[in-house]
Amino acid sequence: MDTETKAQDNSLLRVQGLTKFFGGLCAVKDFDLAIEPGELVGLIGPNGAGKTTVFNLITGLYQTSGGEILFNGEALLGLEPFEITRLGIARTFQNIRLFPNLSVMDNVRIAYHPHAGYNLADSVFRTPRYQTKERELDEQARDFLAIFKLEGIQQELAKNLPYGEQRRVEIARALACSPRLLLLDEPAAGMNPREIVQLMELIHFIRDRFKLTILLIEHQMRVVMGICERITVMDFGEVIARGTPKEIQNNPKVIEAYLGKGSAHVA
Amino acid sequence: MELGFLFISIVKIGAILAYIYALLWVLGQKQWWIKAVGLLVAFAVVQLALSLKFGSGENPFQILNSFDQGLLFQACTITMVSLGLNLIYGFNGQFSLGQWGFYGIGAYCAADITYRWFNGDARGLIVVSVGTILGGLGLILVNRLVKRLRGIPVLSAFTLYLLVSVVAAAVAVFAGRLLNPLIAPLMGSLAEPGPLNSPAVRQIVFFLSVILAGIFSAEVSFLFGLPVLQLGSDYFGIATLGFSIVINTLMVNSDTILPFPEMKGGRGMIGIPKLTTWFWAFFFLLVVVVIMRNLIRSTTGRAIMSVREDETAAKAMGIDVAGSKLLAFVAGSFFAGIGGAVYAHYIGFLSPGTFSFLAGFNPLIIVVFGGLGSMTGTIAASFGWIFFLEGLLRVLLGQLGTDAPTWRFVLYPITLLLLMLIRPQGLLGTVEWGFLKGEKRKARVTVPKS
Repeated sequence: MDTETKAQDNSLLRVQGLTKFFGGLCAVKDFDLAIEPGELVGLIGPNGAGKTTVFNLITGLYQTSGGEILFNGEALLGLEPFEITRLGIARTFQNIRLFPNLSVMDNVRIAYHPHAGYNLADSVFRTPRYQTKERELDEQARDFLAIFKLEGIQQELAKNLPYGEQRRVEIARALACSPRLLLLDEPAAGMNPREIVQLMELIHFIRDRFKLTILLIEHQMRVVMGICERITVMDFGEVIARGTPKEIQNNPKVIEAYLGKGSAHVA
Repeated sequence: MELGFLFISIVKIGAILAYIYALLWVLGQKQWWIKAVGLLVAFAVVQLALSLKFGSGENPFQILNSFDQGLLFQACTITMVSLGLNLIYGFNGQFSLGQWGFYGIGAYCAADITYRWFNGDARGLIVVSVGTILGGLGLILVNRLVKRLRGIPVLSAFTLYLLVSVVAAAVAVFAGRLLNPLIAPLMGSLAEPGPLNSPAVRQIVFFLSVILAGIFSAEVSFLFGLPVLQLGSDYFGIATLGFSIVINTLMVNSDTILPFPEMKGGRGMIGIPKLTTWFWAFFFLLVVVVIMRNLIRSTTGRAIMSVREDETAAKAMGIDVAGSKLLAFVAGSFFAGIGGAVYAHYIGFLSPGTFSFLAGFNPLIIVVFGGLGSMTGTIAASFGWIFFLEGLLRVLLGQLGTDAPTWRFVLYPITLLLLMLIRPQGLLGTVEWGFLKGEKRKARVTVPKS
């Protein structure tokens, strides 16, 4: 068996020929991507290149117009978004979608719903199974919040949190889904340089702690060049370049299409 | 005399709110025996207030007279309907104007069962029980089937569900025709009740009629909700409005299009046995409150609320959004059906006019007034609505002139407007009292495992 087929067998995520039309507008054309377990891959490109659309296609929020998506060998096409999440893909959103009127604790506890361990009848009749499983869920959520140092604000309503904390809660909530693949959509948006450093440390921490594979959309070149092992570049819905951060930095096509915001600052 | 009456009425309303608070507090205590004693006392206090008559003669003094009892039963039933609407709209975020339709379905369904039974006809009970049980089983089976075969479009699934329901209904009608003559001798007639029409059996039939009416409403709402909940919130609201009007029209034509001559269509159904007592009203209200609270304070409840907050994020968290919406809608309709059944047996007659779609805005006003997303708010607002507005205000205005009570329909909207300006989250916002808050869990001091 040659190396390429071997890689095919081991890939966590394999996207081939992914295409999306919105009426007459082609948002994504023939997008290919393969991610191995444990990798930290970046997806960059100018605004409107189709990066978030790719995320939405992978997570099932949009229906594809062509191509296939394989996660752990299983085809994702036709699955409902919630089914895809339960298979092991979690994501964050570009414009932070927390549940605003629920507490931080409740936001995280939602992620445990598919694996709560008790059903509707247990809830209504408050069976012993409900009591034990709900207590376990509670402790699990509390421990989880403690990992992210969020236990102090666990009763705060999500809408009352400052922006940086909301980001952290959103990432924690996505991780509470126990994903194998985490899709982060512009996690550094709106952050100052100090917060960006903290974010990069956080991403490294969660990748090691939770044995994750991460696909990251980001505009902040410091983050992309700093933590991504491989980068795919998109423009106008198509892939225009792939490679390591060093290779991408010097790629004339990339420079032409997308002058990175902080590229001058990257060491 | 007027001032004394006003004073007593205000004391009564204050007592009611205190009673609700105390009952919820007692139910929130951990030890089961405290809860049991509390429930017993709560029931007994009101029962005594209703039954005790001081003095003799024409006008004995009662703490709660028959007018108050009527208000009490109205308050209990409107609370059940409003709690159902709060579940659908306040907790799940789906704007529904269909609650009143399910209220009506529950009322007519239960009324028909008992009316027929008292008149020696068991078909009502047989048909509804066989129909709802078979129908329920059929719906569950189809549900399992649909889940296993992925990719069935919703409308195809809906056709399957509908088919199963029609088959169940046909079997039920057949069972009714077959079994009724067999037990008719034991039933007797209205003038000469047989052994199956003894007071004890009648109570059992009443209990069954309420539960079955609730389940029937739930199944109808399942069939209706399946294709319709997919529409966005606004379109869904219009669809539920249409549903209420259709149900109302069916009520008016219950003796022409539908085969229910005893319902007498637009003239209204009379002769419904008045089987609702404080015991039953208290019992069913508690059932609804406990089920709703246990549902909300659980992972299913959190999933339901997450759909209200942000559907897309909920999907991304692994929540079956369509399923949650359907669950909330069906549960809310179940509560409305039970409320309708209890109402029918309190008032003794049903008229389609009661279930006009305009009246269907009452639960909506109550829920918004009390606070979307607060069960306590709904309960307090329901009792407040009935006792204060319908009870006190009506009498007060009546003393100003014979036409004055109609002015309350001006005062209600003005009050609501003012409240929305001053406090848009409703009287109680998302605050809950006592047992409705959910169980408290002690925070453990944990050392995160590295």
